[in-house]
Amino acid sequence: MNMIALLRQLAEALLAVALAPLLAGWVAQCRAWLQNRSAPSLLQPYRKLRKLFHKDAVLAEHASPLFRITPYVVFGTMVLAAAIIPSVTTDMPFARVADAIALVGLFATARVFMALAAMDIGTAFGTLGARREMMVGFLAEPALLMVLFNAFLMYGSTALPTVVHGALAAHGLILRPSLAFAGVAFVMVLLAENGRIPIDNPTTHLELTMIHEAMLLEYSALHLALMEWAAWLKLFNYACIGFALFAPWGIALHADTTSPLLLALALLLLKLAVAGGALAVIETVSAKLRVFRAPEFLSTAFLLAVLGILVHLQLRS
Amino acid sequence: MHMPSLATQFLHVLAAGLLMISFAMLAQRRIRRLIVLLAWQGAMLSASTLLVAITAHQSHLYYSAALTLALKVIVLPWILMRLMKRLGIAGDIEPLVNISTLLLVGLALVIFAFGLAQPISALATTVTRQALGIALAVILLAFLMIIARRKAVTQVIGILALENGLFFAATSATYGMPMVVELGIALDLLVGVFVFGIFFFHIREQFDSLDLHHFEALKED
Repeated sequence: MNMIALLRQLAEALLAVALAPLLAGWVAQCRAWLQNRSAPSLLQPYRKLRKLFHKDAVLAEHASPLFRITPYVVFGTMVLAAAIIPSVTTDMPFARVADAIALVGLFATARVFMALAAMDIGTAFGTLGARREMMVGFLAEPALLMVLFNAFLMYGSTALPTVVHGALAAHGLILRPSLAFAGVAFVMVLLAENGRIPIDNPTTHLELTMIHEAMLLEYSALHLALMEWAAWLKLFNYACIGFALFAPWGIALHADTTSPLLLALALLLLKLAVAGGALAVIETVSAKLRVFRAPEFLSTAFLLAVLGILVHLQLRS
Repeated sequence: MHMPSLATQFLHVLAAGLLMISFAMLAQRRIRRLIVLLAWQGAMLSASTLLVAITAHQSHLYYSAALTLALKVIVLPWILMRLMKRLGIAGDIEPLVNISTLLLVGLALVIFAFGLAQPISALATTVTRQALGIALAVILLAFLMIIARRKAVTQVIGILALENGLFFAATSATYGMPMVVELGIALDLLVGVFVFGIFFFHIREQFDSLDLHHFEALKED
C-alpha cells in the first residue's frame, strides 16, 4: 500500500515535469494567435530541450561550483514543489508532510540560488538581473503568503490538501467575496513571479528590460535546458496552486480507483488550457511596466490579499 | 457552520466589489478610467439595491435602484465625459503622491472603518448589516481620494464616490432613506455636477489650469 502511494507520488511529479513544457508551448501559441503571428508548434519547448541536451556545455573561466550545481538545485526544488502541490489528487504522502509555507520556502530557495549563480560570473547583466529578481521576489513573497493565508483562514489549515478537501466538501453554491480579492492578487503575483509581461518579458533579450533572461545569459546546453525547464515548471506549479485555491473541482480526494484520477487528469488539462489562454490574453492586452513601477504593482497585490482577509473577517462576524 | 442565504452572499460579493473599485479609483492615474470606474461603482450599487429590495420586500427600493441606474451609471458619467472632452483633459495623467503609500493609508482606513462598524452592525437588524463596515470604508476611501487629488475634476468624482458610499451605508443599515429624501439627493447631485461644470470653466479661465493648488495664491496674508 505504502509502495503504491509512493509510486503515485512519483507519477504525479513526473506528470508535472512532462506537462510543464506543453503549458509553456500552449501559452506561446495563444500569444502568437492573439498577435496575428503564425504560431510555433505546441511541441517547440520539447524540441528546444532536445536541442540543448545534445550540445556541449560551456562554462565561464571563473565559474565556481555553485554556478554548476545551481541548475540541478533549481530544477530539483521545482520538481519537489510539484510533488507537494495537489494537482491531480490530494492523496499523496508528500502533500501531507509539507504545507504551503514550505512551498513558498522552496520557491525562495530556488530564487536565492539563481541570483547567486547569476552574480557568480561577475558580468554586469547577471548582477543586474539578480538584483531585479530579488527586488521583485521580496515584494511578491509576502503577497503570495497573504493570498495563501486567505485560504488558510477559511479552512483552518496551512496544508493545500486540507484546503482542497474543505472547498470540495461544501454543498451548494457558496460565494466567497474574499476569494475574489485573493484571486486578483494571486494572478498579479503569478505574473510577477514567472517573469510575465507587466513585470518582465519572457521572450526578450533586450538588455535594459530583462530580468529572468539576464540571469540565464551565461548558461548553455544542459544547464540552460534545466533552467528553462525549471522556469516552465514554476509556471505549471503556480497554475496548480491557483487551481487548488480557487478552482479545486475535479481533484480526486481518494486515489484508490482509477476513474476519479482519469477525470481529475482530464479536468486538469482543461483548466490548464483555459488558464494558459487567459495568461496569453493578459500578456497581450497589457504593456510592460517600468521596473520602478513593479513595487507599486506588487504592493497592490499585497494590499488586495490583505483586504481579502479583512473582508472575510468582517463578513463572517 | 451556519451559511447565509445565496442572496446575502451575493450582496456580500457586490459589497466587496464596491470596496475593490474604491481602491482601483484611488490607484487610477487617468481621468477617463476614473469616470468609467465611477460608472461601474454606480452599477454595483444599483444591483445591490435591487437585491436588497427583492430579499427584504421593500418596494420603494426598486425605484431607488432604477434611479441609481439612470443617474449614476448613465447620466452623471456621460456629463463628466463631456466635460472632460470640452475641457481637453482626456487622457490626462495626474501627478499623484506615491500611490503605494496612498494605498497603504487606504488599508489603514479600511481597518478603522471595519472596527468602527462592528458595534453598529451588531445592533442593526437588516439582511445586509455586515456590509455596513464596507460602506464606511468606501466613504473614508472617497474622502482620502478627495484629499490626495489636486485636480478639480477628480475631486468632484471623489464627492460622487462619497455619495455612493453614503447611499450604500443607508441601504445596508436601514433599507434606505424615504423616497422624498432620495429624490432630493438625486436632484442635488445632478444640479451639483452642472454647477461644478460651470465652475470648472471659470477656474480654467482664471488660472489656465484645473489644478487646485493655484487657489493658494488667493489667500490674503
